[in-house]
Amino acid sequence: MAALDEVDEAFRKAMVDPSFLAQLKDLQVNYTGRPSPITVAERFSEHAGGATILLKREDLNHTGSHKINNVLGQGLLAQRMGKKRVIAETGAGQHGVATATVAALLGLECVVYMGEEDTKRQALNVARMKLLGAEVIPVTIGSRTLKDAINEAMRDWVANVDTTHYLLGTVAGPAPFPEMVRDFHRIIGDEAREQMLTRFGKLPDAVAACVGGGSNAIGIFTAFIPDAGVRLVGLEAGGDGIETGRHASTIVGGAVGVLHGARSYIMQDEDGQTIESHSISAGLDYPSVGPEHAYLADLGRAEYRSVTDVEAMDAFKLLCETEGIIPAIETAHALAGALTLGKELGEGALILVNLSGRGDKDVETAAKWFGISL
Amino acid sequence: MSKIHEAFAKAKTENRAALIAYLPAGYPSEAGAVECIAAMVEGGVDIVEIGFPYSDPVMDGPTIQAAVDISLKNGTKSATVIETVRQVAAFGVPALVMSYWNPIERYGVTKFAADFHAAGGAGVITPDLTPEEAGEWVTATSNEDVDRVFLVALSSSDERISKVSGVTTGFVYAGAVMGVTGARTSVSDAVQGLVEKVRRHSDLPVAVGLGVSTPEQANEIAQYADGVIVGSAFVSAIERGGAAAAKELAVSLTKGLGKS
Repeated sequence: MAALDEVDEAFRKAMVDPSFLAQLKDLQVNYTGRPSPITVAERFSEHAGGATILLKREDLNHTGSHKINNVLGQGLLAQRMGKKRVIAETGAGQHGVATATVAALLGLECVVYMGEEDTKRQALNVARMKLLGAEVIPVTIGSRTLKDAINEAMRDWVANVDTTHYLLGTVAGPAPFPEMVRDFHRIIGDEAREQMLTRFGKLPDAVAACVGGGSNAIGIFTAFIPDAGVRLVGLEAGGDGIETGRHASTIVGGAVGVLHGARSYIMQDEDGQTIESHSISAGLDYPSVGPEHAYLADLGRAEYRSVTDVEAMDAFKLLCETEGIIPAIETAHALAGALTLGKELGEGALILVNLSGRGDKDVETAAKWFGISL
Repeated sequence: MSKIHEAFAKAKTENRAALIAYLPAGYPSEAGAVECIAAMVEGGVDIVEIGFPYSDPVMDGPTIQAAVDISLKNGTKSATVIETVRQVAAFGVPALVMSYWNPIERYGVTKFAADFHAAGGAGVITPDLTPEEAGEWVTATSNEDVDRVFLVALSSSDERISKVSGVTTGFVYAGAVMGVTGARTSVSDAVQGLVEKVRRHSDLPVAVGLGVSTPEQANEIAQYADGVIVGSAFVSAIERGGAAAAKELAVSLTKGLGKS
C-alpha cells in the first residue's frame, strides 16, 4: 500500500506540474512523433456497408504502437520519484519493447518479465528488448503467460520497492494504475476528437477499439465519453468463439471478481481460480480487463463485443490488401468490429477505429495462418 | 475468549511465543495434508494456517506456488478446503484459513464465513484484502464469530497500521521482509520496530512471518513477538520427508520459542 500511495502522490503532483507536462509534451512531439494522423480508409470502407472508416494511426508512433504514450509518462514519473530501475510485464512484447525504449532514453535499469511460452512465440521482440539494454526474465510458473508475468513483476516490486517502479502496461492492476495509464493514453482521443472537428466538421458516429486489458480503447474513448451521440464499442478477443470456452472476452463471457488488485470482469471457474484465456493475439490474451471498462459496460455508456480469431484475421488481410497497412493482430479485432458496425449503421456513418499498432511483430503468426511459407 | 486468543494466552503462560504453521490444503494430497498437519501438531504447533490454493498467489514465493500448483492439479476445490478445516479443527488446535480474496468472494462472502464456522474454523487470514474493501467481510465474520487476520508490512505507516488493527480480531500478521513468502537466512532487524509500532495501536497478539525457517530465527522473533509463523519451510520439509520431516521441523522450531 505504501508503494501505491507513493506512486499516487507522485502522479497527482506531476499532472499539475507545468515542468512535467512540458517535458512529456516535448517527448510526445519530438520523440514519439505526435500527433498521429487520421487516415480515411476508402477502399477498406467499401466492405463496411456504406459507412466510412477512419483510422487513428497509433501504429505510426515510435516503437509502432500506442504503448509508448504510457511508458513515456510513467518513465518520467519513475525518474521524478528517484527510482533507478523499472520493471514491466509483457505478453506479446510490445509493452516490454516500449518500456525498454524509455528506460534506454532515460538511463534507467530495465527488467521485463515475460511468460516462457511468449518468449518462444515472440523471439523477435525478446531480441529487440535485449538490444535496447533490457534484461528479459522468462516466467516459468503457473500458465507461463501474461498473467504470470504480472504475478512475477508484482513479487519483484514488493521486494525492491525502494529502488524500483513497476511500469504496468495496461489499465488494470491496483489504483492508481488504471487511472494513471488512462490519463497517459487519453491523448489519443483528445487529438482524434479535435481532428474530427477541424477536418470533418463533426464527431464520429462510433469509436471502435480492441480490448484486452483495454489501454488503447480507454485512451481513445475517454475524450468522447461526454459526447452522448458517439457510440463507444470495445472489441474483445473471441478466440475460437465464446461458446467453446477458449476465448479472452472477459466482459462478454466472464464474471465479476478480483485479480491483480482490481475488481472487474475476470475469467474464472466456480472456485474463483483464474481460467487461462485464449486468443491468436498475445496482446489481448489477458483473463481480466481494466475496471473502467467494466464500469462503462455496466453503465451502458460503452458496449463490448467479441470477435473471433477467424473474423480478426479476415479483417487483417482486408486492411493489408485494401490500404497497404499491416495492422497488429490485436488491432485487427477492432477492424473486424468496425466492418460489422458499418453494416449496422449504414450509409454515411463515420466510424473511427483506433489503429493501435502495426503488425510487423505478427508477420510470422499471420504467415502461418494464411499458409505463406517463410 | 476466542480459540486463537486462548492459544496465544497459553503460550504466554509458558513464557514463550506461539508456533503457527502453514500448509496448503490438498498438498501433497487431500489426506496427505491432514496427515502432515497432525504430525506438525504432535510436534508442537499451536495454531494451523490452511492455505486455500489459488491460481495467482502473488504474495507467495516459488516454494508455496509450486505446492499450490500441485494441489490444484490434484483437484483441490473450495469444498476440500472446508473439509480440511473440519479435520484439523478436530485436533484441538485453532484452524485458520489463509486465502486470497477472489476464491472467498466467488464462494460467497456470507456463505464462506458460515460454512467455515460450521466446520470448526477459528479465523481467516486475507493477505490481499484491504481494510477499505472489507466491509462485507467484517459483517459476515462478526456474525459467525470468525476471527479476522490482516497483514502489516515494514513499509506500513502508523495510519495504515491503525486502520489494519481496527478491523483485525485474531492477531496482527507482521511481514518480516519486504517481499514474498519463502525461507531466508536472516530476518530483518526492522521487524522488531514494526512489532513495536503495531503495539502502539493494538492490544492484539502480533505474529511474525515471511522468511522464517530455523529455530534461531524463531528465537530472535520470540523475544519481541507473540507468535512465529512458518510456511515454506514446512512445505520443503514435506517435499523432502513427508509427515515425519514436518514433525521433526516442528519439534526443532519449538526449541526456539522461549523468551529469555
